[in-house]
Amino acid sequence: MPLDQSFVGRSWPATEPYQVGREKIREFARAIGATDAEYHDPEAARALGHADVVAPPTFPVVFTMATSRQIIEDPALGLDYSRVVHGDQKFSYQRPVVAGDELVCVNSVDDITSRGGHDFLTTRTEVTTVAGEPVVTVWSKLVQRGAE
Amino acid sequence: MTDTFEPQTFRITRADLVRYAGASGDFNSIHWSDRIATSVGLPGVIAHGMFTMALVGRAVTAWAGAPDAVVEYNVRFSRPVPVPDTDEGTEVVVTATVKETTDEGLTRLALTATCQGEKVLSLAQATVRKR
Repeated sequence: MPLDQSFVGRSWPATEPYQVGREKIREFARAIGATDAEYHDPEAARALGHADVVAPPTFPVVFTMATSRQIIEDPALGLDYSRVVHGDQKFSYQRPVVAGDELVCVNSVDDITSRGGHDFLTTRTEVTTVAGEPVVTVWSKLVQRGAE
Repeated sequence: MTDTFEPQTFRITRADLVRYAGASGDFNSIHWSDRIATSVGLPGVIAHGMFTMALVGRAVTAWAGAPDAVVEYNVRFSRPVPVPDTDEGTEVVVTATVKETTDEGLTRLALTATCQGEKVLSLAQATVRKR
């Protein structure tokens, strides 16, 4: 069943604030083997002009993947998650994510297309501080493979 | 930043996938269960696409010389990265070439990542701000 085209252009209410923790950044950096001092040591991060440890570039998936469930788990969309693979991913930064940030996400559906029996869903997450400062925009394209 | 880069090689084992699952919150079973991965037509457990993207991101920040250098970063996951249940696991090799330097001092890199000689990413690029 094709995805519901009426989702294109829709936005969802801002999510509850996500508190970026110093230990979470350290844990994520360790998990990807990133040993840069600025990911682990607040003093090293301050030397680069940041208030606390800096997050690696793909860190926002820690909270954006969870928040995008408000789209992909809506039964009206018609997405069968067991047939979904990750197609594309993009991050566009205004500034790095730093420990202590309180971030909210506004999710939208940018595009839904079909090609070769597969369906493609592009979501966009605008990540801002609770005060409204833009931090990063995250796009994710999911591919729902055609049924056998 | 120079225009030529030494390729960077990253080893990926099952233990890395378990650690990444915990840190990222992505517990999709195709990244830890051979039984489930093969039942959906995969050769076995595969790496999280976002784990591969994170490793390539490490290469990018290393080349840029700063961990907070990334302004824009995008990839397409063109092929899965199977990770066998062995001590050696598998390897991903990352290369980059400079595509352009903008007037604002930003550098755009074209990236490749290969596993067993096959490209696992396409349309992969990063824009970085030099320090």
